[in-house]
Amino acid sequence: MPMDWIWGLIGGLLIGTGGAVLLLGNGRVMGASGILGGLVDRSGWGTAAERAAFVIGVIATPLLMLQILGLEADTHLTSNWFAVIAAGLLVGAGTRIANGCTSGHGVCGISRFSLRGIVATVFYILAGGLTLVLFRHILGVI
Amino acid sequence: MRILISLLSGSLFGAGLLLSGMTDTTKVQGWLDVFGAWDPTLAFVMGGAILPMLVAWQLTTRGAPLTGGAFPDLPRPELDHRLITGSVLFGMGWGLAGLCPGPAMASLTFGGTGGLIFLLSMLAGMSFAPKLGSQLDRLAAAT
Repeated sequence: MPMDWIWGLIGGLLIGTGGAVLLLGNGRVMGASGILGGLVDRSGWGTAAERAAFVIGVIATPLLMLQILGLEADTHLTSNWFAVIAAGLLVGAGTRIANGCTSGHGVCGISRFSLRGIVATVFYILAGGLTLVLFRHILGVI
Repeated sequence: MRILISLLSGSLFGAGLLLSGMTDTTKVQGWLDVFGAWDPTLAFVMGGAILPMLVAWQLTTRGAPLTGGAFPDLPRPELDHRLITGSVLFGMGWGLAGLCPGPAMASLTFGGTGGLIFLLSMLAGMSFAPKLGSQLDRLAAAT
């Protein structure tokens, strides 16, 4: 089995453990878009401190790990600024309208066999695949 | 205590996103792009993440969260237009850049200017979402 798959599995177990800690500890569903979005649109200001603590953990931990291990990481993000901005707007608006993203609908939804989570995951994967076909293989812009 | 638990949860999430390779857009787009050099890593990440959560959901059938209160009252399984439209919009952005909200945060410190621009655009999208959502509701009611 390629090392990338093993790292994927190990990383995945950590992601799921993070979700289990939040659910069993605080009684909250670990959804990245919901936790962040609640701070942006003020709907989650009643729990602002714990949301901010989660966000700080997500941002700071990879930095600390890379510093300690002396490694570098790269996102290999496209240099097409138009694509980056359009993608950011779509991800931000879409996840809030659908009330969840890969972590909330994907990880936390599928693991409780939620119909909404499964349907959302099917639609965002299909939309992502078709978008790549259009912009990479047909238009060749990313 | 709730704040410490949130910090721990976010730290595990961030560490997992980095180790799994999900902060690398080529791995995410590699999974979505079935016509390119298909990369199945994301399936391993999803599978690995679902396992601890399967156990966690089983544990919520009795008792209460560690810090008190109650386990979340989850929405009834209704498939509405918001779920579908929102997921399609999200998927389009996800395919275009290869980043979703978690990795966009986790890669902020090494993602350069592009990563910052993506995150700011995503926050802008999140702030427009309530208005856009109500417009979609009106559109759905009219059709």
